[in-house]
Amino acid sequence: MARIGVFTCWCGENIARNVDVEKVAEAIGKLPHVRCSVAYKYMCSDPGQAIMREKIVSEGLTGVVVASCSPHMHLKTFRKAAESEGLNPYVVEMANIREHCSWVHHNKEDATRKAIDLVRMSVAKVLRNHALDPIRVPVTKRALVIGGGVAGIQAALDIADAGHEVVLVERDPSIGGKMAGLSETFPTLDCSQCILTPRMVDVGQHPNIKLHTYSEVEAVDGYLGNFKVTIRKKARYVDMDKCTGCGICWNACPSKKNLSEFDFGMGTRKAIYVPFPQAVPARPVIDANACIKLTKDKCGLCEKKCPAGAINFDDQDELITEEIGAVVVATGYKLYDIGKEQQNDKLAGYGEYGYGKYKDVIDSLQFERIVSASGPTVGEIQRPSDGKEPKSVVFISCVGSRDNAKGVSYCSKICCMYNAKHTMLYKHKVHDGQAHVFYMDIRAGGKNYDEFVRRAIEQDGAQYHRGRVSKITEENGKLIVRGVDTLAGVPVTVEADLVVLAAAMRPADGVEQLAQKLNVGYDEFGFLSESHPKLRPIETNAAGVFVCGACQGPKDIPESVAQASAAAGKVMMMFSRKELTREPEVACVNEQNCAACFACARACPFNAIEQAEIRDRNGNLVKRTARVNPGLCMGCGTCVAICPSKSVDLEGFTEQQIYAQVESLV
Amino acid sequence: MDIGYYPGCALHGSSNDYEMSVRACLEVLGVQLREVDDWICCGATAAHSLNQKLAVALPARNLALAECQGMQDLLAPCPMCSMELIKANQAISADAKLKKEMAEIVELKVEGKVSVLNLIQIFQQVGLDRIKELAVKSLDEFKPACYYGCLLTRPPEALQFDDCEQPSSMETLLEGLGAAPIDWNYKTECCGAGMTMSNEDTVLDLSHKILTNAADHGANCLVVACPMCHVNLDMKQADIDRRYNVQHDMVVYYLSDLVGFALGLDEQRLGVNRHFVAKH
Amino acid sequence: MDMLTDVTTNTLEELAHTKVQDCYQCGKCSAGCPMAERMDILPHQLVRLVQSGFIDKAAKAESIWQCVSCLTCSTRCPKSVNCAGVLDALRQVSAERQATSPAQHRTVVFQKVFLDNIRRYGRLNELELIGFFKTKGFFKDLSIPLLFKDSLLGPKMMKRHKFHLRGERVKDRGVVNRIFERCMAS
Repeated sequence: MARIGVFTCWCGENIARNVDVEKVAEAIGKLPHVRCSVAYKYMCSDPGQAIMREKIVSEGLTGVVVASCSPHMHLKTFRKAAESEGLNPYVVEMANIREHCSWVHHNKEDATRKAIDLVRMSVAKVLRNHALDPIRVPVTKRALVIGGGVAGIQAALDIADAGHEVVLVERDPSIGGKMAGLSETFPTLDCSQCILTPRMVDVGQHPNIKLHTYSEVEAVDGYLGNFKVTIRKKARYVDMDKCTGCGICWNACPSKKNLSEFDFGMGTRKAIYVPFPQAVPARPVIDANACIKLTKDKCGLCEKKCPAGAINFDDQDELITEEIGAVVVATGYKLYDIGKEQQNDKLAGYGEYGYGKYKDVIDSLQFERIVSASGPTVGEIQRPSDGKEPKSVVFISCVGSRDNAKGVSYCSKICCMYNAKHTMLYKHKVHDGQAHVFYMDIRAGGKNYDEFVRRAIEQDGAQYHRGRVSKITEENGKLIVRGVDTLAGVPVTVEADLVVLAAAMRPADGVEQLAQKLNVGYDEFGFLSESHPKLRPIETNAAGVFVCGACQGPKDIPESVAQASAAAGKVMMMFSRKELTREPEVACVNEQNCAACFACARACPFNAIEQAEIRDRNGNLVKRTARVNPGLCMGCGTCVAICPSKSVDLEGFTEQQIYAQVESLV
Repeated sequence: MDIGYYPGCALHGSSNDYEMSVRACLEVLGVQLREVDDWICCGATAAHSLNQKLAVALPARNLALAECQGMQDLLAPCPMCSMELIKANQAISADAKLKKEMAEIVELKVEGKVSVLNLIQIFQQVGLDRIKELAVKSLDEFKPACYYGCLLTRPPEALQFDDCEQPSSMETLLEGLGAAPIDWNYKTECCGAGMTMSNEDTVLDLSHKILTNAADHGANCLVVACPMCHVNLDMKQADIDRRYNVQHDMVVYYLSDLVGFALGLDEQRLGVNRHFVAKH
Repeated sequence: MDMLTDVTTNTLEELAHTKVQDCYQCGKCSAGCPMAERMDILPHQLVRLVQSGFIDKAAKAESIWQCVSCLTCSTRCPKSVNCAGVLDALRQVSAERQATSPAQHRTVVFQKVFLDNIRRYGRLNELELIGFFKTKGFFKDLSIPLLFKDSLLGPKMMKRHKFHLRGERVKDRGVVNRIFERCMAS
């Protein structure tokens, strides 16, 4: 015998101003099976919940409907309250008479009528609810961190220091990411490598961190707490166990003119190389496309000279699997490309700035390498074309960012700050030089940030021009920069020796494929999607997968580090439990009925449906059936829609429940 | 190859040497030109400066005539004309209401389906290989600065021709015929366009900058594909010389002149002897 | 005196087929404009005036007639605002209301004479264009040099067969006139 309790909320005047709440309560009270129907000012408050709990006990309720706000707000609250009185939480439903009713209608009569309809539908549904138990899954207490930049390093160290094993996968030969290549960082002008390398060493030496560099995630199977990750360790051609990092090989290598990725093309490296001296691991890899032995079967000098016999030209990629409970994605960023080759046809390069045509038009990361003490020019500011010291440098903001026509519409967040930084680093080295910055706005919102920019202007003499640059041409070795100062209302032309473009931060290459492997969403720009932009910025809609750092959106180092620790915190929350629970509103197959056509398995976007066999005691096959993995199912209902024999249904949203709701309306 | 031909007012007026050059050159290449019967002015700068509707209607009338006369492709050697025709084409095919309105205004149905081509595109359609086959002379004495002006590549979304910041279609063609085009910085900078009479100072200043930059980068001639640019750079060169006290001595050829030379045609046949600045 | 009180931002946006509210005043248009150094009000400032509804001030600017319609501004605009179109719209509105900058009368006269010429013949008659331009221009600013401008060019052009005493006339001139009437009616 069903005994339903209905609790209608005033929500102050949020609901009550447009819905006659007392009338709703009265009308619903007349429905069959409704034992009590009360209205109250704030159902979610302690007294409100107390009313509900009291009624559950005194009326012996078997089901509850709370007519109030969106279930996103307080469904958990009310379910918990019911549970505390011994009622299964899954017989508690909410009718949304706020967002779906009082907030969107103005006529009180109409709105009240609609509210009554909505509550009646929920009552019809709840009559068919039955008790459910949360799904419990075990959890492997090992974390995978994808990306070894500052965010990945921070996350890995936090989780490892908490006592859990971490597998850190980085696709470059060394960890360190972009931060390892920076010169000095704002707003403190700390030497970037000096503050990062101790962390890198910690990672390399940590007993709880298993480091796979020069590796990529190949495939991800499984679900929350129970992932099986396949990792491809790319062929290094150097045996990591034998190699001592002595450097005889790379000193001997004759293949010299390869552009260094770490220097963003500003310097060269050998075919066998360590990307920078402080690399972790400090062991070289061989670039198969540059190696004379691997391409032409000649040379092999490194092998001959290696005292440890560590060179192995027969090396192959290796696939390994790791059992993982939680994944942290920290794949970082790259810069918008101003050249002609672009990823998609929404982007176009900046031909008016000289499409990679002029050697002395470079981007900000390239400038960082020039300024860096350990860079290709040993920290001397030289222009790429002739090595001379530039006496006039133009820094251009918003190249590719805030540009709907050719680039991305968003603001790249860090460029205003690093442009100011660049003018200061330049001035500190070239005392008689003049820095110019063409900008649209100054975005300096962090701690000590605005003061930093003012220092560049007021103390270090940087000349700021408010306006974009239209064209750059080269005449007699000088770059003619045609811009404007909109505040003064005049065109401004600067003859520069060097131009540095603050190109937009974009997600790293390949992030979309990785996201698809992890079932994580991404936006039109490729930035990974968080669950909620304000309240859940670290979680994704894939349970057990977290994001941090620039792969989620443009941000600076303090923010990346903070997010990384937050992600580690989320992981540690997971690992602090013996087992994890998932909501039980998942699909369930009636295995007796199932015709084993597996249309559902093909349709399932989460690969949550398996092909199972039912066997008798003697092991003979009785029938095949589809079976839902409750750990993976996200309750989307696609299988229910597609099943031709109506053998699969969604717990908590069964077809009968939905029919009942519709019938109650008609 | 049979194509429609829209000369425009300039080619039948003071830039009739350009028409001579185009016709002579295309004849050798086997392209038959069928002039649109009773075509009218495209409106040029005056129409879009004074009345936006007229700026669509005048080209629309010409597109309608071309369609009526069964033309699928239409060569318009003046970039002002080709740009206005293409813009009108696109506006009409994208907006059914406008299409109807234009049909009423110009008294003819207009679908917006004619394909309008500029001079460079005609050569591209004939194909560099074919032109090389028919070529009898190499252009190796020419080190041209290829000058595109404003309207061959802008506005890019409408014209979708070449790269509007670093165009190279003329260079590719001329290189293929043995010339050595130079790289320079004023390929698409405006020469002053139709301001020749009303604002001569502007034209002299802008065209002077173009001629200077071409010479600075080692060009021994200029190549254009626009009659207005030719007037400003060639006919007005003496005024520029006088105003800035220089001697530019820069011969300005039409693209069809150089292609014509390669095909064995002489200066007279191409109308080159009617230019103002002659080769020494 | 404000002769354009009824002309709104909306009017200009419709004429120019563009949304001026998209402009965030980066100035790239002015930075690339070949005439910027000579202009009283720069292109981005004109767009700003239109955004804010100061149509009168924008329409009376010299710069809209100094513009050479090279389209560099619209091509490079990061927000795809049709800046050249906004200037066209300002030109149309100011010419219709005779609210143009006195310093640029010569250019306005030229454009109007050009249109009258093709209205009459269907195609441009260059000699008549020059004649009317010089006469009307002279009456605007009484500049004698204007009357004799480029007169030495005449014989040089004749020598080169570029001088046509009589221009071409279209057969159906009636339809040309009607097209003009219909477009310039409203």
